[in-house]
Amino acid sequence: MIGLNHYLLLATILFGIGVYGVFAKRNAVAILMSIELMLNAVNINFVAINKFIQPGNVIGQLFAIFIIVVAAAEVSVGLGLIISIYRHKKSVNLSDFNLLKW
Amino acid sequence: MSITMNDVVFVFISAITVLSALGVVLSRNIVHSALALILAFLGVALTFFQLGAGFIGLVQILVYAGAISVLIIFAIMLVMNVEADRTNQPNPSRSTRFWGLLLALVLIIGLGASIWCSNLWPVLGPLPVADAVGALADLMLGKYVVAFEAAAILLLLAMVGAIILARGDEA
Repeated sequence: MIGLNHYLLLATILFGIGVYGVFAKRNAVAILMSIELMLNAVNINFVAINKFIQPGNVIGQLFAIFIIVVAAAEVSVGLGLIISIYRHKKSVNLSDFNLLKW
Repeated sequence: MSITMNDVVFVFISAITVLSALGVVLSRNIVHSALALILAFLGVALTFFQLGAGFIGLVQILVYAGAISVLIIFAIMLVMNVEADRTNQPNPSRSTRFWGLLLALVLIIGLGASIWCSNLWPVLGPLPVADAVGALADLMLGKYVVAFEAAAILLLLAMVGAIILARGDEA
């Protein structure tokens, strides 16, 4: 029988994969994609806990929508930044972005 | 403990989601990563459908699998300057990769074991609401109207910011 545990476990695995992606990649777009995976894991948690703990209201789903809004804003600004940096440095490798490092 | 249809569907959907998430992280070609990311988003949307949150599932398909994936693929095409097989190399620093793997394993095993061993039985609350979209609209334009307006302003600011950032120096 599938319960809350299983959904939380699925979300934990997705979040862990996202964390590994943030550390193990050097392409900035790939790191943004890993962050999207982590945000999706959080959304699964919200909706699952809403269903199993408080089925009488939809506050968990409401906050999942807010997270989707924030993720859309984040990814658009992030990709704008990446394109802007690419225009100057001709690269999207994070190890080449050392303008602010001394 | 009999295995029901629901369990089989859940295992199938989570297998798709986790495998395509691994594909996003492990692929060497960033276009393959983006395609696997679309599959992972669709898997999460199916999880929402299975949880009875149909509206969130539809929003997930529209916003993530539709809009954000297309945005990411456009950005990949704009910034790709080496051949596709070498676009998504792993981090050259072995220690960074090691610490990332360690952190991810600690998260998955530690959190997963504590979730698995805790007794999270479903609370017998009130019955599920029949009209989830109506309830969402009531909350969004009632109790959480300030958060709703803040989200609207955030989207507007993100749009203006992305245009200014991506426009470049000329014009």
